[in-house]
Amino acid sequence: MYPSRFRYQAARSAEQAVRLLHEGGEDAKVLAGGQSLIPMMKLRFASPELLVDINAIPGLDYHRVDPDGSIHVGALCRHADLEHSDLLPGHQPTMTAAAPLIADPLVRNRGTLVGSLCHADPQGDWASVVLALGGSIVAQGPAGQRTIPLREFVLGPFENALAHDEIAVEAVIPAPRGAPAGGYLKLERRVGDFATAGVAVALETDGSQVIRAGIALTGVGGSTIEATEAEQVLTGRPLTAETIAEAGRLAAAAAQPKSDHRGSATYKRHIVSTFVVRILSRIDWTQERAA
Amino acid sequence: MTIIYEETADDGPPIPEQRITVRVNGRKVVAEVEPRLLLAHFLRYTMRLTGTHTGCDTTNCGACTVLVDGRAIKSCTMFAVMADGHEVTTVEGLASPSELHPLQEGFKEKHGLQCGFCTPGMMMAAKALLDRNPDPTEEDVRWALSGNLCRCTGYQNIVKSVLWAADKLRAESGQAEEAS
Repeated sequence: MYPSRFRYQAARSAEQAVRLLHEGGEDAKVLAGGQSLIPMMKLRFASPELLVDINAIPGLDYHRVDPDGSIHVGALCRHADLEHSDLLPGHQPTMTAAAPLIADPLVRNRGTLVGSLCHADPQGDWASVVLALGGSIVAQGPAGQRTIPLREFVLGPFENALAHDEIAVEAVIPAPRGAPAGGYLKLERRVGDFATAGVAVALETDGSQVIRAGIALTGVGGSTIEATEAEQVLTGRPLTAETIAEAGRLAAAAAQPKSDHRGSATYKRHIVSTFVVRILSRIDWTQERAA
Repeated sequence: MTIIYEETADDGPPIPEQRITVRVNGRKVVAEVEPRLLLAHFLRYTMRLTGTHTGCDTTNCGACTVLVDGRAIKSCTMFAVMADGHEVTTVEGLASPSELHPLQEGFKEKHGLQCGFCTPGMMMAAKALLDRNPDPTEEDVRWALSGNLCRCTGYQNIVKSVLWAADKLRAESGQAEEAS
C-alpha cells in the first residue's frame, strides 16, 4: 500500500511551519510522528495535498516540569521519551502509567503525545489522560500563540479546534494544587491493539481529602468520556471503600460502549468499573496523608 | 533511481522528486525520491536491501523494523524523505557478509526462527534493546519485542536467542576490556 501523491516540505522553525500551512490552505497537514497519519494515508482515508514535516524543528522534543509543578510536553516529544522519562515518575503518576501502554515499542519511538491529541481518535489513550488532568494545547498560528483546554480542543472524532494554519506546539498539564495520585489502566487483546477499555484517574489530595478528581474513559464511546459524576463523588471527601465503589459504579454508568469484536457492552462497562476501583484502591492513602 | 508506484485513479497530479541524503548501513547515499515513497520501499526497491521485509503493511507486525538514528521504527510507517540527513541501519548492516553478528548467531544457535519472515525485524528491535541495555532480563526482551509479531515460534526461542546474543556480546566486550 502507498498513499496518493503529496507535496512535502520540511519546516525548520514553528514560524516557517505556520507560513507553509497558511500558504498550503485547507489541504495541508502537519506531519510529526506520522504513526496515525501515514497509515491513514496508505489506506487513502486521508489524502493531504501538502505535508509540512515538523520533525526537523529544533527544540520541540522536550518534556519538562516547571518550578510551579506544571508539565510541558513539546510537539516532538515521543511516547518513548515519556516512557523512559526521569522526570515523570514521582511527579505525575497518571502519565507515568500510561506512557508504556501506548501502542507498541516501535510506534512509541516515533509517535508523539501532542500528535495523538491532535489526531483526536476516540480510542486515543493520551486524550483520556490529558482530559483527566485538565490539560491544554498551546497552538501557534500567524497571529501568535493561544492556549486551548483539551475539552474544547477535541471537537469530535478525528476533529480538533486548530485552524488550518495553526500547529500544536505543546501540551500543558496544569500545576497540581495537592499531591498528585492516580494511574492509567488499559485492557488490550494484544500489544498495539486499541483499548477494549481504558481508564485514566488523576487525583489531587491535600492529606485529608481529595481536592480534585479527574476520570476519563478510553474506547467506550464515540469520544473520550469524562466521568463527571464519578469525579464529583470523590471530590471534597476522603477516599474510602464506599466512595471508591460508588465512583466505579458511576464511571461504568457514564460509559457508552458498543458491543463489537473486542467485547460486549456489558463486559466493557464491567472493565471500566473494575479499573476505576483498582486504580483508586492502589493509592496509598496513608502515605499521601503523611506527605 | 526511483521506484514508480503503480498508477491508481486517485493518485493525484505528478509531484517533482526530492533529493535526499541518507546514511544507510554506514554508506552515504544520495537519491531522488517521490515524497510518498515509503522508507521500507526505498530500502527494498531503490537500495535493493531486501532483508527488510514488508509484512502487514499496516503498522502492526514489525517485520519492516529498522533503526533510524539508533531507534527501532517501522519503515512502512515513515517516508523516505523523512530520513533525509539521518542514519538508517537495516539487518544487512548488522555484520559483514562473511561473518555473523552475535544476534544472528543467537537465532541460529537457539532456533529463533522457522519461516524467517519476522526475523530481520526481530533482530533490529533486539539490536536497539541491547544497545541501550546490554544485560536485559527475559521480561525486558519480551517487552522490547512486543511490537514484533511472529506467527511460527511462539516467541520462546526468539527470546532465548536474544538472551544468548546478550551473553555473547557482554563476554566479547569483557574480553576487549581485558585486552586493552
